[in-house]
Amino acid sequence: MEGTELVTKVLSTWLTLVLGLILLPSAFGVSLGISEVYMKILVKTLEWATLRIEKGAPKESVLKSSASVGIIQRDESPMEKGLSGLRGRDFELSDVFYFSKKGLEAIVEDEVTQRFSSEELVSWNLLTRTNINFHYISPRLTMVWVLGVLIRYCVLLPLRVTLAFIGISLLVLGTTLVGQLPDSSLKTRLSEVVHLTCCRICVRALSGTIHYHNKQYRPQKGGICVANHTSPIDVLILTTDGCYAMVGQVHGGLMGVIQRAMVKACPHVWFERSEMKDRHLVTKRLKEHVADKKKLPILIFPEGTCINNTSVMMFKKGSFEIGGTIHPVAIKYNPQFGDAFWNSSKYNMVSYLLRVMTSWAIVCDVWYLPPMTREEGEDAVQFANRVKSAIAVQGGLTELPWDGSLKRAKVKDTFKEEQQKNYSKMIVGNGALNLDSD
Amino acid sequence: MGARASHAAAVPGAERIRRETGFSQACLLRLHHRFQALDRNNKGYLSRVDLQQIGALAVNPLGDRIIDSFFPDGNHQLDFPGFVRVLAHFRPVDEEDPGVRDPKQPEPLNSRMNKLRFAFQLYDLDRDGKISRNEMLQVLRLMVGVQVTEEQLESIADRTVQEADEDGDGAVSFLEFTKSLEKMNIEQKMSIRILK
Repeated sequence: MEGTELVTKVLSTWLTLVLGLILLPSAFGVSLGISEVYMKILVKTLEWATLRIEKGAPKESVLKSSASVGIIQRDESPMEKGLSGLRGRDFELSDVFYFSKKGLEAIVEDEVTQRFSSEELVSWNLLTRTNINFHYISPRLTMVWVLGVLIRYCVLLPLRVTLAFIGISLLVLGTTLVGQLPDSSLKTRLSEVVHLTCCRICVRALSGTIHYHNKQYRPQKGGICVANHTSPIDVLILTTDGCYAMVGQVHGGLMGVIQRAMVKACPHVWFERSEMKDRHLVTKRLKEHVADKKKLPILIFPEGTCINNTSVMMFKKGSFEIGGTIHPVAIKYNPQFGDAFWNSSKYNMVSYLLRVMTSWAIVCDVWYLPPMTREEGEDAVQFANRVKSAIAVQGGLTELPWDGSLKRAKVKDTFKEEQQKNYSKMIVGNGALNLDSD
Repeated sequence: MGARASHAAAVPGAERIRRETGFSQACLLRLHHRFQALDRNNKGYLSRVDLQQIGALAVNPLGDRIIDSFFPDGNHQLDFPGFVRVLAHFRPVDEEDPGVRDPKQPEPLNSRMNKLRFAFQLYDLDRDGKISRNEMLQVLRLMVGVQVTEEQLESIADRTVQEADEDGDGAVSFLEFTKSLEKMNIEQKMSIRILK
């Protein structure tokens, strides 16, 4: 009997603490400063660890390279130079060298494949999963690492799981309750409160520290919010600072339950899988939503898939054909504290969440950019590229013209035709072809 | 790349591959990472599809031919030693005095001859040791797509075969191939330097 009493006592103190220190302040949007203290201690520890590693690392174990420097010495000269081309020169047997070299370079390293695996860290952040080349340095470092493992798995993980559980249940409960009310301004106010509180709780569940910049450009009602996509957590990060209408497919399981509950309280745009294929239907529904100026701004991720937060890939033009004002948002995670990238081919949702909850923290910056609209004479693709550049520049990400769905599908032939066109111009172009050499 | 720890010991047969290809330990490790990153389903080997999904390779006009050179003799699986063996052809030539090389050792994979052999087999589809006019036409067609007419392409192919063909058999043998390229700086054009 004493055992169970003890357990119940521990549990109830635990819950009261959680309630008092975390839940209530979240409801009022107030912060008690505990996470700031945690972050400060964390930063100091990681700095100390980095110094130890640098002191201990032998000079020639230099397999580190930052994500932006390639591993091949590239000759980026255009096709003309690479083929020792003067315009209108004739075909030579050696032309095949240029293409084979470019092809082999792509096999050794290409811009796209590396974007679908987590960014390599420059210095270890005491998580086993990021330990690629870091060898045993000193007993003190190992002890700190062991301590870290204990803290993360035995203290932080249960806390975070509890919070996440509470957050999600509150969300489902709250939105269902609010959904019972008739449509009125009270309903909108209440659904906002419910959304914001639950999102704040969930963000604490990840030990998230988010800095919002340029809040004056926060997306307004009737607009479309566009952001780069790294993980499902992006949604959480953005909704903590304002309410959005989400767009997406209806999922099964837990996600489906959450989606159905949310749509009761405020109008999100969820599509069945079959409807997603019908582009016109999708565009029509989105247009209707945007036209109603009282509805919340739509949140869209035009890349269509998760990228590893070092680059921005092609924005699909569909979102930019709807019209209305686009509010771009750049999200950049700090990989030192935890990797937020969801590699959907490697991890399913549950193991991904577990990994996130056993990281140190999720630290990110969110920049709101000034609104943009499509200009005269600009088509959707050009507009999409313009927005993409703005986001890439603000977030410090590389810009890539490739389609993110490359990780699943083959690339279009139009790109190959361009190369073929360039090459043909060289060997035939000026009409400098000697037809009488027979 | 990836969150797996990968040390030199984890590369299977590292010593043998190093001797065969001449890659340094660090380069080998880099290439092993790359091999694992390309191997999407962790099969332990690469298939044609894995290579075809590299965007920059798929838009290369000679992309399919290059992929074929990784799968000789009708193989469908590419293991790591095979992967590195092909890439070794593009290793920059070592700067040491070639006269020091032991003549009994097989020629290094990145020698001028072997680089030329690699380029030759991009042309020579049926592996008969000669580039026929037809094979020349096929490669040309790959490189220009639909941009050039059949007649123009045929005259280019004819001219090229004639220029290189010395014994008049209407095809370019490997020796004739090397002769026509003897002034070309192969070492520089067919080398990829892997930074550490």
